[in-house]
Amino acid sequence: MAHYHPPRQGKASQLFDVVVLVVLTVGALFVPLWLNLAGATKSVTAPVENPTWESLGQNAAQAAKYEALGHTPESAHDLILARFDYSFSIGALVTMIVVIVLYYALILRFSEVEYREVISEKFGE
Amino acid sequence: MADFDITSQKMDGMGPHGTKVGLLRVLGPAHVWALGVGIVLVGEYMGWNFSVGKGGAYAALIACWFAGILYSCVAMIDSEVTSTVASAGGQYTQAKHIIGPLMAFNVGLYLVFAYTMLEAANAITAGYLISVVASMTGYAAELDQRPFIILVIMFLAWLNYRGVLATLTFNLVITAVAFSAIIILFLSTSGVLGGGIMEHAALFEGHELPYGWIGVLAAMHFGLWYYLGIEGTTQAAEEVRSPARALPFGTLAGIMTLLIAATLTWYVCSGILPWEYLGDGVDGAVAPLFDAARLSGSNALVWLLGFGTLFATLASANGCINDASRAWFAMGRDKYLPGWFGAVHPRYRTPYRAIVFLVPIALIFALGAPLDQVITFSILSGLLGYTFMPLNIILFRRKWPLDTIKRGYEHPFHPIPAITLLTLCGVTFFAVFLGYGTQLVAMIGFYIVVSLWFHFWRYRFVNRGAQFTMPWPKPRGY
Repeated sequence: MAHYHPPRQGKASQLFDVVVLVVLTVGALFVPLWLNLAGATKSVTAPVENPTWESLGQNAAQAAKYEALGHTPESAHDLILARFDYSFSIGALVTMIVVIVLYYALILRFSEVEYREVISEKFGE
Repeated sequence: MADFDITSQKMDGMGPHGTKVGLLRVLGPAHVWALGVGIVLVGEYMGWNFSVGKGGAYAALIACWFAGILYSCVAMIDSEVTSTVASAGGQYTQAKHIIGPLMAFNVGLYLVFAYTMLEAANAITAGYLISVVASMTGYAAELDQRPFIILVIMFLAWLNYRGVLATLTFNLVITAVAFSAIIILFLSTSGVLGGGIMEHAALFEGHELPYGWIGVLAAMHFGLWYYLGIEGTTQAAEEVRSPARALPFGTLAGIMTLLIAATLTWYVCSGILPWEYLGDGVDGAVAPLFDAARLSGSNALVWLLGFGTLFATLASANGCINDASRAWFAMGRDKYLPGWFGAVHPRYRTPYRAIVFLVPIALIFALGAPLDQVITFSILSGLLGYTFMPLNIILFRRKWPLDTIKRGYEHPFHPIPAITLLTLCGVTFFAVFLGYGTQLVAMIGFYIVVSLWFHFWRYRFVNRGAQFTMPWPKPRGY
């Protein structure tokens, strides 16, 4: 195999590559945030009117801790009752599995092609 | 046994190949321990408690131990490979030699983003802590945390710019203080020294598993936070005096330290704080050990854990800058990224351009995203990296069996650790999916796009033969 000579990259091209990476990186986190799609939100499904420690399901020891932390039943209401919703569809789960498997299959396949070039050049075939 | 002694410090691959000025070899095993534990110990001071919120206190303990098994597998596998592929970039350089350039590019990005997001989370916590101290000392108005967040990142970047020995010696001291603070809090509140204030049974009553067993699975998501970053010890490979000895010793001692610290942290916090408060890291316990100290009634413990939290965040952010910049530097040196990043400072011998470039990236996330999102981004990058590791060790053993090259350390029971690690990674992907599925898909979408960008554009600038620098025989099957 002939020795591969990479082209020299100009400064403008290097800068462009950095900008592309930064835009993709920032986008990966902030686009889901801007679309309000990122992260789990806890919600209170059964609010309690005029809450007391008992109605919030807290025993004496638990209530004492909340009071030591500066909370009243009113201020601790959402903190205590908010819950995650773990229901999900099988379709969403299958989509996630397929995306992860495809991702690793893609990089292992392309890596193998590139790796064979590296080995071939390194060991002089 | 073949003649290929890859543990030698004189042979190609062990030295600073490819650059005219190399990184400085000044670190010992204690520095490696400090780098690993220093990055991770902040995980006991904040963030882990989101796992309580996802499944309850018992679920968080189960997640703590299963995540401990996951990271023990990571430490064992990493110790074997890194004791042979001892070069800046850590797992990035391993992937380059064992799987191929595209995998290496992805692994390099996992490392950079896991550490940069962790650094951002640390800066957010430091800013929060300073605002709490301000209110405790009588400052009535709402303190603007942003100047302190910026100051933390800028100061530590400057420290990293100036030199690795001072940076990691600083880490060694403040990590030791932060670890001692956890031990002292445990001894003071558990009844070992004086009266105990633990009330596990009363606080758990009626809330043992609030989400049932699916909550235990969900808790694995943030369970990783107890240990995330221990694999960063490999980033110091070109700067330790004896890679074959110091890297396995420092890494394995580090994971043992963290297993103890994580269990003690769970025991203290869950015995003092109600689970709903403990599990809410935004409106409840942002810094749970500090909150536990506040309920102990001892001013000395409040100050000790306040400094412990601050030191842990600084040590972690410091180690993160160190590791992320080494990975970015290594990719620049290989032209996986623009070659401009592959420069070493002529006087301080540090990868200064990579250090400076990553500062604004960390600031964007520290100032613009909520803590749980930043942590999730870091955990996802780490998780993708842990999924790579079992594939890496299986291919490493297949391409270079034990009798073909000398290893600094051989991990036992292969392939059981690899299979265990892969299984636990699968469970954690499901845990992230429970509640954070959109972020998971967005993140993997990002890695698919940048992989295509690398393979079809960036790879043309890479010198093929120069990607393999270890003095190893040709891999089997090629």
